Amino acid sequence: MPKVAYYPGCSGQGTSLEYERSTRAVCQAVGLELVDVPDWSCCGSSPAHMVNHVLSAALSARNLDLAHSLGMEVVATPCPSCLTNLRNAAVEMEDEGFRSKVNALLDRPYTGAVDPQSVLQVLVEQVGVDEVARRVTKPLTGLRVACYYGCIMNRPPERMRFDDHENPMAMDRLMEAIGLEVAPFPLKVECCGASFGVPRGDIVMRLSGKLLDAARGLGVDAMVTACPLCQMNLDLRQRQINAALHERFRIPVFYYTQLLGLALDVPRQELGLDRLCVDPRLALGKIKAPAPVQ
Amino acid sequence: MRIGVFICHCGSNIAGTVDVRAVAQAAKGFADVVYASDTMYACSEPGQEGIIQAVREHNLDGVVVASCTPRMHEPTFRRTVERAGLNRYCFEMANIREHVSWIGKDTERNTIKATELVRMAVEKLRRNRPLTPKRFDVTKRVLVVGGGVAGIQAALDCAEGGQEVVLVEREQSIGGKMAKLDKTFPTIDCSSCVLGPKMVDVAQHPKITLHTMAEVESVSGYVGNFQVTIRKKARFVDWEKCTGCGLCMEKCPSRKAPDPFNEYLCTAPTINIPFPQAIPKKAAINPETCIMKQKGKCGLCAKICPVKCIDFDQQDELVTVDVGAIVVATGYDLFDWHKYPQYGQGRYPDVITSLQYERLLSASGPTGGHIKRPSDGKEPKTVVFIQCVGSRDRSVDRPYCSGFCCMYTAKQAILTKDHIPDSQSYVFYMDIRSPGKAYDEFTRRAMEEYGAQYVRGRVAMIYPKGDQLIVRGADTLAGTQVEVAADLVVLAVGVEAARGAAVLGEKLRVVPDQYGFFVESHPKLRPVETNTAGVFLAGACQGPKDIPASVAQGSAAAAKVLALLVKDQLESDPQVSRVTPARCVGCGKCVQTCPFGAIKLVEDRFGNPKAEVVETVCQGCGICTVTCPQGAIQLEHFTDNQILAEVQALCPPRIRVNYAS
Ligand SMILES: Cc1cc2nc3c(=O)[nH]c(=O)nc-3n(C[C@H](O)[C@H](O)[C@H](O)COP(=O)(O)OP(=O)(O)OC[C@H]3O[C@@H](n4cnc5c(N)ncnc54)[C@H](O)[C@@H]3O)c2cc1C
Ligand code: SF4
Ligand code: SF4
Ligand code: SF4
Ligand code: SF4
Repeated sequence: MPKVAYYPGCSGQGTSLEYERSTRAVCQAVGLELVDVPDWSCCGSSPAHMVNHVLSAALSARNLDLAHSLGMEVVATPCPSCLTNLRNAAVEMEDEGFRSKVNALLDRPYTGAVDPQSVLQVLVEQVGVDEVARRVTKPLTGLRVACYYGCIMNRPPERMRFDDHENPMAMDRLMEAIGLEVAPFPLKVECCGASFGVPRGDIVMRLSGKLLDAARGLGVDAMVTACPLCQMNLDLRQRQINAALHERFRIPVFYYTQLLGLALDVPRQELGLDRLCVDPRLALGKIKAPAPVQ
Repeated sequence: MRIGVFICHCGSNIAGTVDVRAVAQAAKGFADVVYASDTMYACSEPGQEGIIQAVREHNLDGVVVASCTPRMHEPTFRRTVERAGLNRYCFEMANIREHVSWIGKDTERNTIKATELVRMAVEKLRRNRPLTPKRFDVTKRVLVVGGGVAGIQAALDCAEGGQEVVLVEREQSIGGKMAKLDKTFPTIDCSSCVLGPKMVDVAQHPKITLHTMAEVESVSGYVGNFQVTIRKKARFVDWEKCTGCGLCMEKCPSRKAPDPFNEYLCTAPTINIPFPQAIPKKAAINPETCIMKQKGKCGLCAKICPVKCIDFDQQDELVTVDVGAIVVATGYDLFDWHKYPQYGQGRYPDVITSLQYERLLSASGPTGGHIKRPSDGKEPKTVVFIQCVGSRDRSVDRPYCSGFCCMYTAKQAILTKDHIPDSQSYVFYMDIRSPGKAYDEFTRRAMEEYGAQYVRGRVAMIYPKGDQLIVRGADTLAGTQVEVAADLVVLAVGVEAARGAAVLGEKLRVVPDQYGFFVESHPKLRPVETNTAGVFLAGACQGPKDIPASVAQGSAAAAKVLALLVKDQLESDPQVSRVTPARCVGCGKCVQTCPFGAIKLVEDRFGNPKAEVVETVCQGCGICTVTCPQGAIQLEHFTDNQILAEVQALCPPRIRVNYAS
């Protein structure tokens, strides 16, 4: 059974609780063991790395070091922001000068040697799309979705080294494996406005509005994401977007783990579907009951 | 030996950082040197006369000139000493320009280095012996490889000059890329109307033998005496008989063969003549899609053919020809734009290449000259052109400019407006490069008279929206992002070396540069020659070139061929390997190692095997000399003794050092 260290990230404790819980439930259902990084702390993602790279790297390095102490080669995180920060720290710590500056902030010197990956990457590479498909008990046929990866999960490509950076397919393939019809979404890796949410809401309206518009143009029932920030912008802010752009979008925005969970028939309460702002019931109602087995 | 040394100033090129007088002074002290002086320009008329005079006055029998690289002027000075009555191989050159004055600024040390190089040359010259070149007959026939416009021009000019020409073309018809073009810049004249008659001339010229669907299999020999084997691929039609009536094409039930001539925009019948003006106008069967070849049934073409020329059992055929010279005119291919993920990698059918667009514009193309986009056959109203796709971009290892895409994009924008008057074209460009005669005026016309919108910036992504494509790019002049909703996107894909150029280059011993284009002998002064004597270049195989430049090079290469083949005999370079039979043990190692097959084993009069060098074949590479365990094979003028003498001139043995402690 594949086993990786697991770094949940802060948003999983709050805004994206449903992502966090569904991730754990899905990994269990497909036989991927997640071992929590003990005493984990903030990775330094949002505020720290804007202000001080050494501090931000130190925060990540601490967590990487703890993951390493579990004897694990890979540490998985559901959140692309955490992933970016952990990966950046891991790469930059290879520079001796930088490492000594970071080590000065740490209780014990960094040993590194653990590779941060997204849970999506681990699912696709260590469990495999075929294995996920094999375990599906309730295929979600009848539902048409667009997979949206966000702009940082695969980029910059030389650093993230996962999937195609202009046209990633990992999530598409997983979603197909559970019976969904996946529309070729051309804006997969466009920016949703992410961290501009607070200072420049107008930018989020414009950028996220464009994503919703493109998805609607493809006639999808829902969008699927792998990022707490993307999900929040598209889902929580959908009403604001409608108001700002004089639109009437009503597109539910799932975490891919929520849909995987449905197909793998994990207990509903682990999926937190009720936490979505745009009501998903209409979309979910389109799922066809599986044909009776003959 | 009585040696004269001449140190050249090369204006200030050498004298600027080398004390040439001091070098001449020092040379006077070298062994056998009886005369030394400096001279302003050794290669000039008075410079050469000075050398001749010195030879006569001082009764010299060897000359050293210390000047520039021997690549340019070694032949010049060899002729000079010959005019002075010496053997032309009693001459050595020291390169004190490229190897000294141009690369160092310290006059004192430059002077020392120049002096040492002269000393080496003198030591080498002391061990030279007069050599006499052998003469051999020249085969009066030329091979032209590649039947694009450059190859066609070279073939016609050579044939007009009275030489026999063998033209080998890989595709079914000659014509190259130009045959696929609709109209040509900067005059917007019809491409096939200007090329067609030339193609017919090739077919009809009594001196030209044309092999299409053919490639060069192997080449041996040397200038004046090449033996070439040509592989003619099986075409399953007897071309002696085929009249090109085209009845078979109409009846063939397998109509889904790929159509490379139309750039894969449509399919073709399995038995096909690629286009109406094809030369030769003969049908050929694609065995991959032929029902008869694949399943053993059908044979409809054989039934319908009025002259019964279908031959399903035809095999590849090898033809051998002797030629005296070779012109390479294999042209170019286009960059594979799928390497750029931002243009959709083929997911959007309405993103096409510029050459596909030429086919859509052409009256003989798949849409009969009506611009219809591939996805739904609609006439596009907004067309976006993207320049420099796979050019001037180090990230895809294509840092060079493809040269003619700015021009043909302007042409295509003009033609778009001509075809669809209510259309609007946008051109994303990096810079406009249009330096030819009447070229800049042409691109301006596209903008000013035909209203093409030029946007200076790169395109970041293309994505579909409804039935249009959104092209997002930077407008670097306005400093903003722009998005254009396009019906059709045309990529001005960059120029690459022709597929298979490297393999052909190896057969012909023509070196490709780092991007696969063949390297000319001198970038300014020998633009169509290669470093292999008797092999010439024409057209885009040497680097991106538009039609006028390709044609000019075709004619230039032909002029070189004619100048070569007008001679009945050529001289071979006598600086070749020579076997000392007394030392040779007949092991044959040199025979195996010689890359040119220039050594054979013969028996001496006692029946012992001995190596013997065929002087006219040996290229003087020297590989055999280091292979021979006996030191029995030596390269004239590069003997072990000469090289050792040069080394010793440079680092005189210091016995004291060896016995120091
Ligand atoms: C879209 C587009 C539009 C253009 N428009 C214009 C224009 O309007 N005006 C203009 O001046 N130029 C234009 N050009 C440029 C023009 O195509 C070239 O200048 C010209 O084709 C170069 O001629 P060539 O004979 O050197 O090469 P090619 O045309 O490439 O011909 C080379 C020939 O050699 C053959 N060959 C290749 N390898 C082998 C081999 N190993 N053995 C045997 N045969 C081989 C090929 O099959 C081909 O027939 C345009 C180019 C493009 C892509
Ligand atoms: S035998 Fe082949 S080429 Fe001839 S008609 Fe049939 S499919 Fe076409
Ligand atoms: S029918 Fe026969 S003669 Fe006519 S084009 Fe075909 S193969 Fe040639
Ligand atoms: S000719 Fe123009 S379009 Fe072509 S590579 Fe050069 S600059 Fe780019
Ligand atoms: S120098 Fe020797 S190896 Fe080279 S071509 Fe001449 S005989 Fe062959």
